[in-house]
Amino acid sequence: MENIICACGHSNPYGTKLCEKCGRPLTEEGKQTKVVDMRYDGTAIRSKTYNTTFVDKIWNFFSSVKVGIALIIITLVAASIGTILPQAIYVNAPEPSKAEYYEKVYGVLGKLYNNLGLSHLYNTWWFQILVGMLAISIIVASLDRGLPLHKSLKNQRVKRHESFMKRQRIIAEGQVPNADETLDKVEQKMSELKYRVRRDGSALLAERGRFARYGPYINHVGLIIFLTGVMLRLVPGFYVDETIWIREGETRAIPGMDGYFIKNNKFILETHGEKQQGGEASQGVNVMAKNYQTDITLYKQPEGALPGDSDNLEKLRDYSIRVNHPLKENGFALYQMNYRLNELRQMNFNLVNKASEESQGQIEIDLTNPKKQYDLGDGSSVQILVYTPDFDGFENGEPQTKTSIPNNPAFLFRMTTPETPEGEVSFVEIRKPPLEPLGENKYRMKFAGAEMRNSSNFTIRKDSTIPILFVGGVIFMIGVVIGSYWNHRRLWLQVDPDGRVLMAAHVNKNMFSMKKDLDSVTTFAGLPPYRDQLDKPEDDNKSAKPGTKEKEGDNTL
Amino acid sequence: MEKKKKRLVIRTIILAVLVLAIGYTVYGTATKDKVELIAVGSKAPDFTLVDLNGEKHKLSDYKGQGVFLNFWGTWCKPCEKEMPAMDRQYKVFKDQGVQTLAVNIAQTDFEVQNFVDRYELTFPVVIDKTKSVMTAYNVGNLPATLLIDPDGKVAKIITGEMTEAKIASYMELVKPK
Repeated sequence: MENIICACGHSNPYGTKLCEKCGRPLTEEGKQTKVVDMRYDGTAIRSKTYNTTFVDKIWNFFSSVKVGIALIIITLVAASIGTILPQAIYVNAPEPSKAEYYEKVYGVLGKLYNNLGLSHLYNTWWFQILVGMLAISIIVASLDRGLPLHKSLKNQRVKRHESFMKRQRIIAEGQVPNADETLDKVEQKMSELKYRVRRDGSALLAERGRFARYGPYINHVGLIIFLTGVMLRLVPGFYVDETIWIREGETRAIPGMDGYFIKNNKFILETHGEKQQGGEASQGVNVMAKNYQTDITLYKQPEGALPGDSDNLEKLRDYSIRVNHPLKENGFALYQMNYRLNELRQMNFNLVNKASEESQGQIEIDLTNPKKQYDLGDGSSVQILVYTPDFDGFENGEPQTKTSIPNNPAFLFRMTTPETPEGEVSFVEIRKPPLEPLGENKYRMKFAGAEMRNSSNFTIRKDSTIPILFVGGVIFMIGVVIGSYWNHRRLWLQVDPDGRVLMAAHVNKNMFSMKKDLDSVTTFAGLPPYRDQLDKPEDDNKSAKPGTKEKEGDNTL
Repeated sequence: MEKKKKRLVIRTIILAVLVLAIGYTVYGTATKDKVELIAVGSKAPDFTLVDLNGEKHKLSDYKGQGVFLNFWGTWCKPCEKEMPAMDRQYKVFKDQGVQTLAVNIAQTDFEVQNFVDRYELTFPVVIDKTKSVMTAYNVGNLPATLLIDPDGKVAKIITGEMTEAKIASYMELVKPK
């Protein structure tokens, strides 16, 4: 891996195609071609230079443009396979039955699709590794090409060797009467055309739009920022997606939002009209909802308070959460997602004499806080021995509850009246005749109505990665625009004191713009006419030949 | 030679960072859907809850003692089954510096008191009315038990029912030395 010593004496890194100092072609191939390849300005692509250690081999693999393109194609194909059938997270079926859903709706194909894991394609390890490898490829390839290109463009010499200039696509040779005057005139005109002009003795370099060469690299930076943003979603704190059910009257800690509490004051459901429309009813559609709304109060724990300590909650504000009007606080947003109507909150019973149907009074049982004993006066009272919110049968004589939600409340009462001072026991389940385990009773608890409450379901979301994704996207677009709408134009001119002129020009794309500039400077300074070395002599006026186009496309970097 | 070395180091660092980032992404996605309690070895989040007698219990007050922290509900059958065993072991270990604390998930005082009376439980039972402790500990399924060592660090997490022998061995685990 030795350096290449150019004829001018400059030592170039191995792999360099054009001497960094004078521009002479250094490869045999380069010496034989009429027009040199100006990609990366002839600098050595770093990876191509060293290939000794294991790390270098990995590096070189990712540095290859061929590998990069292969990765892009594989990723695109994989990503598009994921769109053939809907992904599992968008399938409208409960989690355990999603596999059946695929088979039922899409048949054998659906079953295969799900079994191959394609229904979770974007979350599979192999897809993420694929995207990750693409990211490595972008970073490594950009570093390997971008840095040497930047170095080369920054350290450009004004004076280049003839062999470099003669191998540019545009050249002009000839004689001018006055060397200094020509150089001055070219400088004046090129400056007018907004070129940056540098002179070194008899040589001149005019350059414009160098930043266009950085377009692809800026674009890659944007892409990497974007991918980083996507990755950061997994880092705790950047992305929150939680859910909470909360009943009217309840105060709950908000999952994902440490120290915040929410109280559901009221859930409101408004519909369009009281009755179902004929068409809707026949199609099994319920009345159309006009508004879902939950009136809430947001609280925050005082600084330094511990979980569980809800004594001194500070009220932040009242708010009505509606569809498309989430509660926003500290980067979080709470969206109204779902609701449940009519959950029992309070049950009323009358203590009645079975024979006379005469009531001894009414008790109101708050299901959120049942009391042990309810006094009715005149020596009558009702004691609750057992309360099960979701009665599910007896086990060893004990009533069992299935959940903590009052779906099917049941009570074991002890009723005491002046007539029955020792008390009678009755087991009351909603909508069922009472059980009297200790023998026939004289009194019973007669259901006397209930109060209901509603529940709201909120989704709690926070996505701090959106600004990162936005910045990444904007940088990406800036890179695309710079690379697409601007071009890097250069003109080298050498006028020997005896009046011999050698001129060369290069543009990374859009040769037309360069030729326009050349036309005006040639006329103004009286330079010899230039020629395009890719044009064949016989059809000078037809410049857009297939071969030409290909060459042009190659020079964008 | 110097240059070569530097290049190798830079390349290794860049590749390592990228590989780590990919590894983290894959791992993070794979474990995203699993409901995990807080990590073993991390500091147990401090909390304060009120028991049925109106007494406040603050986790950090038990520093220097082991804590057997059990999340439960009266509707949860395995919770119900392990309660009497927990109470017996509580009586054995309370004088050896292992405290038992049962955290009920937002049920009514009536139901919890009734349950405690029925099983004659003697350890403190607190009610997490706002589910904030449950949220802080990321408790999903019940029963969930955390063993907290005398330094306040989580020594072990058990989800599901425990036998009495297991309960005894867990309490032994966090007994102050």
